[in-house]
Amino acid sequence: MDRYALSTIRIVDFTWAWAGPYSTKLLVDMGAEVIKIETKKRPDIARWMPPFPEEIPGLNRSGRFNKRHRGKLSVTLDLTTEAGINLIKKIIGISDVITENYSRRVMKKFGLEYEAVTEIRPDIVYISLSAFGTTGSYKDYVAYGPNQAAMSGLANLTGYRDGPPISFGTALADPTAGLNGAVAVLAALYHRSKTGKGQHIDLSQTEMFTCLVGQPIMDYVMNGRVLSRDGNRDQIMAPHNFYRCKGEDKWVSIAIATDEEWQAFSHALGDPPWTKDEKFSDQLSRWRNQEALDRLVEAWTIDHTHYEVMETLQKVGVAAMPALNGEEVCHNPQLGERGFLVEVDHPEVGKQTMPGVSMKLSESPGAIRGSAPLLGEHNHYVFGELLGMAPKEIAELEESGVIY
Amino acid sequence: MPERALAGVKVLEYADLISGPYCSKFLANLGAEVIKVEEPKVGDRSRSVGPFPNYIPDTEKSGLFLYLNANKLGITLNAKTETGSAIFKELVKGVDILVENHPPQVMEDAGLDYTPLREINPHLIMTSITPFGQNGPYRDYKAYDINSQAAGGLAYVTGDAEREPLLTPWGQAGYQAALNAAVGTLSALFWREVSGSGQHVDISVQECIASILGDVISFYSYMGTVRPRCNTISDLAGVTVWPVDIYECKDGYVNICVLEPHQWRGFVDLIGNPDWATDPRFEDRRLLYERTGREEAPDLGPLIKETLKRYTVDELFHGGQQRRIPITPVNDAQGALTFPQLNERGFFVETDHPKAGRLRYPGAPFKLSETPWSLDRPAPLLGEHNEAVYSGLGYTKKDLLKMAEAGII
Repeated sequence: MDRYALSTIRIVDFTWAWAGPYSTKLLVDMGAEVIKIETKKRPDIARWMPPFPEEIPGLNRSGRFNKRHRGKLSVTLDLTTEAGINLIKKIIGISDVITENYSRRVMKKFGLEYEAVTEIRPDIVYISLSAFGTTGSYKDYVAYGPNQAAMSGLANLTGYRDGPPISFGTALADPTAGLNGAVAVLAALYHRSKTGKGQHIDLSQTEMFTCLVGQPIMDYVMNGRVLSRDGNRDQIMAPHNFYRCKGEDKWVSIAIATDEEWQAFSHALGDPPWTKDEKFSDQLSRWRNQEALDRLVEAWTIDHTHYEVMETLQKVGVAAMPALNGEEVCHNPQLGERGFLVEVDHPEVGKQTMPGVSMKLSESPGAIRGSAPLLGEHNHYVFGELLGMAPKEIAELEESGVIY
Repeated sequence: MPERALAGVKVLEYADLISGPYCSKFLANLGAEVIKVEEPKVGDRSRSVGPFPNYIPDTEKSGLFLYLNANKLGITLNAKTETGSAIFKELVKGVDILVENHPPQVMEDAGLDYTPLREINPHLIMTSITPFGQNGPYRDYKAYDINSQAAGGLAYVTGDAEREPLLTPWGQAGYQAALNAAVGTLSALFWREVSGSGQHVDISVQECIASILGDVISFYSYMGTVRPRCNTISDLAGVTVWPVDIYECKDGYVNICVLEPHQWRGFVDLIGNPDWATDPRFEDRRLLYERTGREEAPDLGPLIKETLKRYTVDELFHGGQQRRIPITPVNDAQGALTFPQLNERGFFVETDHPKAGRLRYPGAPFKLSETPWSLDRPAPLLGEHNEAVYSGLGYTKKDLLKMAEAGII
C-alpha cells in the first residue's frame, strides 16, 4: 500500500519566504509533487538567509531554505515573458493545486488569477496566502510573520511583567499560516474528491493568527478588559515558571496545577519545611505568593541539572521539562527514540539534520522525500518529462532567458 | 444552505482544553458533524478556565470553552467505567474520526486505545494528541503548555539573553498541536478515499514545537552553534543595521520588518532622510557584512529607536505601508477587535448562547469560495445532546435516567 496520502496530487508553488513554503512542506512530506516556480532574477529571499555552512552564503546553502523546501522540485521561469507564461499555463494544466503569496496585482498581471486559471483547470484548488486577505482596504499592505503576531494581539501579551512587548523567539505566524493553508487545501481536495469541484481559498494571515488569541479576545468581548504582559505566569497554576539550573544558561520549566501535584513535588524534594508553610498550603495561596515560591523553588533547582530536575519530578507525576537549546533538541532522547530528527544529504551542503514529519500516520506516514532543490534543478524533468518538450526546445528557451 | 467541504463526515471528540478541541473545531466548521464527549458534571477542563463574564466562574460561560466548541454537539460520558467504555465503543462504530488528547495509559486502561478501536471500526481515523507521542521514554511524562514549549526548544530562544526564557502565552503549544493534528487527520481522510483504510494519527506536541523553530536546529546542524535567546533577527547578527523588531513610538508600539534593500530605502524616506541613515553602504546589508564583517558593521539600533519615538503608530503604519514597508501596529485585544481590515472582511462572528448571551468570536481562519466556513450553533451546554445522541444508539429515556444515577452520563 502507498505510504503517501497525497501521491496523486501535483502542486504548482509560487510561494516564497516561509509561510507558503511551510504549507507546501507539509503537503510534500505527505506525498504531493510540489513544483516550486522560481527565477534567477529574484530568488526566494530565504535562499539568502543564514545559517550557511562555514558562514559562506550561497543560493543553495541556506539552512532555512533547505529545510522548508526538502523534497520539492525547482524550475526557473521568467514570468515577465510571454513564452514563460505559456509554459506555466502548461504546468498548471497538469496540476491539482496552486499556492501563491504574491499580491493580487502580480498574479493578475501574469494572467494567473483564480478566474483565469479555471479556464485551464476548472477543478483547480487555488490558495492565496496573503498578509491581509484579497479584499478590504489593507489588501495591498505588506507584512511578514512578526507583523502578524503584532496585529493579532499576541505579541502585545508576550513579555516580562512590566516590560515592553517582545518579538517571539521565532516568527511563529509564518509556520502557523502554513499549517492553516495545508488544512484548507486538504479540506478543498477532499471536497473535490467527492464533487469534482475546485475552489479558491483566501487566507488572510492576520485572520488565521488572530484565531490563536482566544482567551484575551473573549475577555475583552465579555468584560472589556485589556490583558497585558504577565511574564511566565499562568492564571491558575503556581509554581509556573522557568527556573535556573546547574550549568550555563540552563533552565527547567515547572508547572503545578493541583494540590496532589504540590504534595508530590514536596515529597520529591524531601519535604523541606518551607513546603509546609501555610503561605503555600493551597492552590490560591501558592498563586498569591508565587514570587516568594519561585525563589524557593529556584534555590533547589540551581543545585541540579535541568535533566535531573525533570527526572526527579516526572517520576512523581509533576510536569517539569528542561528548556532545551538547539543542541539539546538535536540530542534529546525522546525525539531520538521516535526518529523525529532526520539527516538529509544535499549536494552542496552535505548531510544536515532537520525536523522530520510533524505528524505520525500509521498507514500513510509520509517522509522527507529528498533534499531541497538547487535553483532550477528540475527544469529538464518538468519541461522534458512532464511536458514532453524536446531537449533542443528547452535549450532554446534557456538561451533566450525564458527558462531562467 | 451552502455546500460544506466535510459534509457527511462524522467525528467523535474526547478531548480537553485547546489541542483536541481546536483540531475538531476545524472539522466542525468545515461541515463535519462533531460529537463532543465530556466528563459528567465537570465537563471539558476549559469550562473552568474562563474568562467568565464579570469574572464569575460558571461552567456554561467560559469564554475559552464557548470559543473552541461552537458548532459541536455535546454529550456526557464517563468512559473510564466499564459501561461507559462499552458505550464509547458503540459511538466509535458510527464515526469516521476520533480526536482525543488523553495520556496513552488512560486510553489503554479504559480499553480505548487504537488497537481495540480499529477492530470495532477498521475505517476509523484516530487522532491522538499527547505531550510526547505514543512511544519513547517520555511517553508517560506530564507536560502543560509551558513544559511543551520548553521541551520543543521554543522557550530557550524566546526572551532576553540576560534573563530567563519566556513563555509564548495563552496556550500556543496547544494551538500548534491542534493545527498539526488537523493536517494529519485530513491527510488520513484523503488517503482513506483511495485506500479504504483508517489509521492512527500520532501527534507529539514536543515535535510540533520543534518543527517551527525557524533556524534553531539548522544553526546547530550547519554551524555547530547554539542559536542564542534574542528577540530580533538584528540581535542575531550582533548589531542592527535594518530595523527588525518591535519599537516604541509616541502612542504605542509598532512592529517593523525591513528585510530587503527597497524596504530600507523606503524606511529612510519615511523618517525624513536623516544624515546618519543615508550612507549608501547601508543599502545592501549583505554586502556591508561581507565587507566589514558582521561584528564591525555600524550599529544603527539606538538611532532608529530614538527616531521612532517621535512618530505615532498611525504615522508609521500608514506612512510605512505607502512606501511598501512591512510596518504594522502592535494591537492589544481592543485593537484587534476594532482593527478596520478584520472588520471590513467580517472576520469576527456573533452568536447567541442560552446562558452566556450574544457574544463575538474570532471567525474563519481562511475563506473557501465554494464551501464557506460558518458558525451554525453555539457551544453545547454540558450534556445538551445526550438524549438526541443516545436515543440514536437505541437507549430509552429510562435507560438514560439510570445511567445518570450511576454517574455514567
